[in-house]
Amino acid sequence: MDFLHVLFVLLESTIRVSVPLVFAALAGLFTERAGVFDIGLEGKMLGAAFAAGAAAAVTQSVWVGLVAAVLVSVALSLVHGYASITQRGNQIVSGVAINFIVAGSTVILGEAWFRQGGRTPALAEGARFQTINFPGADAVREIPVLGPVYADLLSGHFLLTYLAFAMVPFSWWILYRTRFGLRLRAVGENPGAVDTAGISVIWLRYRAVICCGILCGFAGAYLSLAMTAGFVKGMTAGKGYIALAALIFAKWRPLNIMFACLLFGFLDALAIRLQGTPLPLIGQVPVQLMQALPYILTVVLLAGFIGKAIPPKAGGVPYVKER
Amino acid sequence: MSTPYAKLPGWVEYGLIPLINLAVAFLVAGLVVLLVGENPLEAAYHLINGAFGRGEYIGFTLYYATTFIFTGLAVAVAFHSGLFNIGGEGQAYVGGIGVALACLWLDQMMPWYVVFPLAIVGSVFFGALWAFLPGWLQARRGSHIVITTIMFNFIASSLMVYLLTRVLKPLGSMAPQTRTFAEGGQLPKLDWLLSIFGLNIGTAPFNISFLLALAAAFAVWVLIWRTRLGYEMRTMGHSPSAARYAGISESRITVVAMMMSGGLAGMMALNPIMGEQFRMQLDFVQGAGFVGIAVALMGRSHPGGIIPAAILFGVLYQGGAEIAFEMPSISRDMIVIIQGLVILFAGALENMFRPAITRVFAARGQRAAALVQTKGA
Repeated sequence: MDFLHVLFVLLESTIRVSVPLVFAALAGLFTERAGVFDIGLEGKMLGAAFAAGAAAAVTQSVWVGLVAAVLVSVALSLVHGYASITQRGNQIVSGVAINFIVAGSTVILGEAWFRQGGRTPALAEGARFQTINFPGADAVREIPVLGPVYADLLSGHFLLTYLAFAMVPFSWWILYRTRFGLRLRAVGENPGAVDTAGISVIWLRYRAVICCGILCGFAGAYLSLAMTAGFVKGMTAGKGYIALAALIFAKWRPLNIMFACLLFGFLDALAIRLQGTPLPLIGQVPVQLMQALPYILTVVLLAGFIGKAIPPKAGGVPYVKER
Repeated sequence: MSTPYAKLPGWVEYGLIPLINLAVAFLVAGLVVLLVGENPLEAAYHLINGAFGRGEYIGFTLYYATTFIFTGLAVAVAFHSGLFNIGGEGQAYVGGIGVALACLWLDQMMPWYVVFPLAIVGSVFFGALWAFLPGWLQARRGSHIVITTIMFNFIASSLMVYLLTRVLKPLGSMAPQTRTFAEGGQLPKLDWLLSIFGLNIGTAPFNISFLLALAAAFAVWVLIWRTRLGYEMRTMGHSPSAARYAGISESRITVVAMMMSGGLAGMMALNPIMGEQFRMQLDFVQGAGFVGIAVALMGRSHPGGIIPAAILFGVLYQGGAEIAFEMPSISRDMIVIIQGLVILFAGALENMFRPAITRVFAARGQRAAALVQTKGA
């Protein structure tokens, strides 16, 4: 029973930490399937988290915060799009630049506007997301196994959490069952063919980049409006890169992304949980190893030792119309 | 290289365009300062004064520049081979192990000029090792170098936390760092170099690794433009298929270029560890690996451009501290913004102003040609 209890606590925190990863990895899915590499997920998420925290603190409205997050994130995406689609610049360089610009400006602006050492003011109840409790959750909690599954795993999360997991099948549907999705995937594999079919490669890629911005906006809003009550400087703490790792680990497929994010989230939750406690059989595992595990796994996968991760063919290559 | 742009005179290509891009980056940074409610000109004054106002300040500026020359060269060497090594941060961090081991082993027995060469070898070895794996994985297993080097940065960070909290830390100490090195692990300062110009170095940790950085810059120039290996690297960077047809082994160049890049990044560790702190601390790299990207982009991957670019970033780091002191609402994070803006405008948007400039020069060229014709008639 004690083991079960620990397991449920672990699974619950897994879900909590996976949400921003799911949003960000799906965001990356949209641009990368369209052939635009994006290592600026981290920066967009951070910018969105700051915008959400700042706007919600000023207006006391969680919805204004959410809209601000999405707007800022989309604006940053458009900068990336302008640099890598219109100007045909190096996509990696542009992503790196965005990460730095955001990392610096969130601190500078936060300090200038709120003077709390790079934080935004702590949000009151109305200005942040509240957990949603399903009917009867408390009543059934005592039922063994099924009770906690319903009460702790299914119920008691934020609206954005449910949205994140709903986005997984929705993204799949968009990418694999709509005309837009088909074209988006095609433009990531063979933009020349899409252009020949009379469809604008540029506009299609811009739309993919905007989708990425919206999803990164949700990821950031979750961090500062749901997970914590306010923005703290550098609060993404590498989550954007973990999401990128999850995206690759999932071989650029929506459903796999969810599982990869849950796996990486689980490792994260486990690392916190295991701090200092020895495991049976293995003995004490250094926390640092647990923290590095998502990255190590991604490297091993990329090296083709667990299956093969094949990126979209036209990824990272700006499209130049034949003259 | 698919975008057809007219050829421009050398001074425009390597002087004017980078300067315009840089100016735009600083203009935008100035806007951020305005947004914060401060005067950009005042900030600029404190920046320049903080970087050059005194001998000590200049010493600090050049100390930072030393670090950035190493990381800038590291990124540049990989760039020439068409590889984007974003892992300079991790390679420099791991390179620190080599420096620390050499110092911990010999600092009490040997003078610095014996320890220093060993520390150089150690830093290059560990830095190159940390770059070898991504290089090898790209060459043999086809994994994307950008992603693997990012992952290796994080793995390096975890590894170093582990080593510094469990292995390299002296017994009974709580701080995650090695013991302080004895005299043999401390590099001499270059106070004599500054005193030639009548400057007093004060407490600035400007040390002999600056000369090593200059030597490394020269060596990189020789390597890239005067050796067969450098030629092969540039060929691969310009056109991998041409390199393949010419019989250049792609995987060999990838691995060798990455190891050289990692070795250069690793050498960066000498400067803070043996030159300033005299011990290896947690996070001693402090983002210098990423600054290297900005430096290499600004310096157009040429040592002759990287040195001034590194000095510019040294100015930003040292002068930025002064701004933060004089104008409390502008913290050192301003540097991070400027760094990002430089990467954006000198890197990703490097061609933004090119069409306009090309048009100006094309028009001038035509007018000059017309002038010659009328004179001849």
